[in-house]
Amino acid sequence: MNQRKNKVFITGMGIISALGIGVQQNLERLIEGKSGIGPIRQLKTRLSNELIAGEIHYSNEELIDLSGIKNKEGISRSALLGIIAAREAIQNLDFNNPKIRTGLISGTTAEAMTNIELYLKDFLSNNNRNEFIESQDWGFSTEIIAKELGITGYQTTINTACSSAANAIMTGARMIKHNLLDRVLVGGTDALSKVMLNGFHALMIVDPEISKPFDRDRRGLNIGEGSAFLVLESEKIAHEKNIICELRGYGNSNDAYHLTALSPDGKGTAMAMNNAITESGLKTTAINYINAHGTGTANSDLSEVLGIENVFGKNPPSFSSTKPFTGHTLGSAGAIEGVFSVLSIQNNLVFPNLNFSQKMDETELIPETALEKAIEINHVLSNSFGFGGNNTSLLFSKVLS
Amino acid sequence: MIYINGTANISPQPTLRNDKFLADIKQYNTNMLQCIEPDYSVFFKAIALRRMSRVLKLGWAAAKSCLDDAGLKAPDSICVGSGKGCFKNTEMFMSLVNENEEKFVPPSLFIQSAHGSIAAQIAIQSGCKNYNMTYAQRTFSFESALIDAMMLLQEGKHKNILVGGVDEIEESQFKTFDRIGHYKDTNTNNLKLLTYNSKGTIAGEGSTFFLLNNHPTEKTYARIKSVYTFSNPRNNTTTKEIIEAFLERENLSMKEVDLVILGLNGDAEFDSIYYNLMTTLFSENRQTYYKHLCGEYHTSSAFALWLSSMIIRHQKIPKIVDLNEKPLKEINNILIYNQYQNINHSLIFITKHN
Repeated sequence: MNQRKNKVFITGMGIISALGIGVQQNLERLIEGKSGIGPIRQLKTRLSNELIAGEIHYSNEELIDLSGIKNKEGISRSALLGIIAAREAIQNLDFNNPKIRTGLISGTTAEAMTNIELYLKDFLSNNNRNEFIESQDWGFSTEIIAKELGITGYQTTINTACSSAANAIMTGARMIKHNLLDRVLVGGTDALSKVMLNGFHALMIVDPEISKPFDRDRRGLNIGEGSAFLVLESEKIAHEKNIICELRGYGNSNDAYHLTALSPDGKGTAMAMNNAITESGLKTTAINYINAHGTGTANSDLSEVLGIENVFGKNPPSFSSTKPFTGHTLGSAGAIEGVFSVLSIQNNLVFPNLNFSQKMDETELIPETALEKAIEINHVLSNSFGFGGNNTSLLFSKVLS
Repeated sequence: MIYINGTANISPQPTLRNDKFLADIKQYNTNMLQCIEPDYSVFFKAIALRRMSRVLKLGWAAAKSCLDDAGLKAPDSICVGSGKGCFKNTEMFMSLVNENEEKFVPPSLFIQSAHGSIAAQIAIQSGCKNYNMTYAQRTFSFESALIDAMMLLQEGKHKNILVGGVDEIEESQFKTFDRIGHYKDTNTNNLKLLTYNSKGTIAGEGSTFFLLNNHPTEKTYARIKSVYTFSNPRNNTTTKEIIEAFLERENLSMKEVDLVILGLNGDAEFDSIYYNLMTTLFSENRQTYYKHLCGEYHTSSAFALWLSSMIIRHQKIPKIVDLNEKPLKEINNILIYNQYQNINHSLIFITKHN
C-alpha cells in the first residue's frame, strides 16, 4: 500500500490540562513558560502533603457544568475531561453527517481508578454506590464520549499505559488509510487518582518538586491529568479551510525488556522513532523539533536520549519535554503532546524544557531550554513510551499550500 | 487474504490441546465459570511463575500454545484485547492503598496491574520486539485487536500476527456486577442456560489466541473475511438493517451463510435481539450458540472465533452448540454475531480457505 497516496489530515483539536481549558489558553501558558504544576487541591490524598501534581483546578461538579453532559449519573472525572476536550475538537466541523464514517479511539490508563478507589468497599458490601459500578473499566469514558457526541460507528479504547493516546492517534490514522473510516476522533483522557500517585510514588520515581527532564540530577516525574482529542480526516473528505496539519508518520515498537522499564540502551525508543520517520518518507534531517516523552525519570530519559542519538547522531534537531508544564498525564500524554506538536508547527515555536540545568554524563545532548522562535517548524516528532516497553512515535507535518 | 494458521483456547471447557473437539463437556452449577487451567510449569520457569498473576499466566499459556500449534517460536506482532486486563491486581493494590492509608505501599501489585502487561509479557517471553498493542473496549476489545491485526497484515510489514482475547473473572468483580443485575439470581446449570427465562447471565472467562498470516499453511483452519462493529442501534429493526448492509458490503447473502454463531447468554431481556433475528434474517440458517460453555465476558467472541475455526477444520458441528438441526453438506461460511446489553454489537465473517 502506498501510504503517501491517502493522506491523513488534522482538522480539529481540543485540550484541557493543568495549563487550562482550550487550545488558546494552553498555548499562552506554553509561551509564557509557566508551569501548571502545583499543590494537589481537588484529589483527596494523604500524598498532597508531600507531592505536587499537574491537577486541573476544577471540581467534578464544575467539570459537569463545563462539559454540558446530559446524563451525569455514575460519571467519572476522566469522562468529563474527555467530553470537554472532544467538544472543542469538533466545534468547527459538520460532525454528525451520516454519510461520513466516523469513529472514536481513545487512550486511557487511569480511567477505572478514580471512582473505584473511593467506592471499592461499597461495591463489595452494599448498594450505596451502585451507579458507579459501570464506570470501573477503561471503555467507560469512551462509550460516554461517543454517546455525548452522537458517534455510533467504530469505537475503541487503547490501554498501553503512557503510550495509550499516541497509539490511539496512530490506530485512527491507519484506519483512515485502510479506508475503514473517513473521520476519527483520536486522543485520550486520564484523571488524577490515588492509585497512580501511590503507585508511581511506591516505585520511587516521583519528584516532590517540578520535574527536570534530561537533567543529570533528575529525580522523577510529576503526575498530571488532562485530556486532548484531535480530529483526523481522510484526504477525500477534509475541507481545505479546516486543515491544520498532516499526520505523516507513526511507529510502534516494544522493548521486550521489562514490565516497567525501558531497555537502557535506547534501542526500543530508536526503533519507534525510526519506524515513524520511515513511514513518513522523510529524511531524519527534515525533522525540526522532537517533543520528547521526557518524564524526568532516570531510566526513561536516558533511554530516550540514547534513542535520539541513535537515530539522529550527535546533532539532533531541537528537543524538549513539556511535562514540567503539565505533569505526566499518563494515558492522555500522547494526545496532549500531540496538540503541543501541532501548536509548534502552527506557530513555528519550540517550547522550552523547563528546569534543565546540567547535562547527563552519558550524553552530550541537551534539550532546548528557552522558547525558540527563530526557526521554521515543518516536521515534529512526538514520543510516548509506556510501561511494558511500549514505545510510540508520531510525526506531524506542516501542510504547505 | 487473512488466514488463521494456529489457535489455542483456554476456557471453562477442556479446550486446550484437546483433539476431541468439544466431546467432553463440563457442567457447572454456579453463575461464575472459570477456566480449566493447564500445568503452568510447562510454560514458565519456577521463579517467574511464583510472581506472576493469574491473568498473565492465562495469557502466555494460550499464546504459547497457539504459537506451538502454528509451528512458530515467536510472532512478528502482538495484538491483545482485554476488557478487564489485570484489574484484579489494580483492585488489590487499591485496597492496600486504602487500608494502609497511603503509607508503606509496596509497588509490586502496581507493576502487575498495568493493562498492557499481558501483551508485554508475551513480548518478553517470545522475544518479539515489534508492534505491540492492547485494546480495552469492553465487548469490542477482541474485535479491535482483530481489526488491528488485519490492518497489519494488509500493510505487509509483518507476517505472523498473534492476536488474542484474554479476560478473567474472580469473586470480587463477580459480586460487584452481580449487585447491579448482570448475573442471574439463582444458581444456573450452564448447559440449560437458555431455559431460565430470567434476567441476567452467567459470568465466564477465557484466553484464546490466533496466529494470522497472509498465506495459508498445512495448519490453516480458516480465512477471516471481515470484522465489523456498531453501537447503540435504535431498535431491533435498525440492528437487522445494519447487519443487512454489512452483508451487502461483503457481497454475501444469508443463503450462502452455512452457519450462524450467536452470542445468546440466557438474559431474557436482551436475548430477544437474537431471537428476533433467528426468526427473520437467520431463519433459514443452521444456528448455534456458545456462551453456555464459556460464560459471558468481554472477549467471549474470541471463543466464538475459535469455535468457528474448529468447525471449519473438522467440518463438524458439535451437538452441544446446536440450536436447530438444519442439515448441512459442507460448512464454508460462518457468521458470528455477538452483542451485550444492546450496546456493543459485532460481526465476524469467516470462510473455508480452500
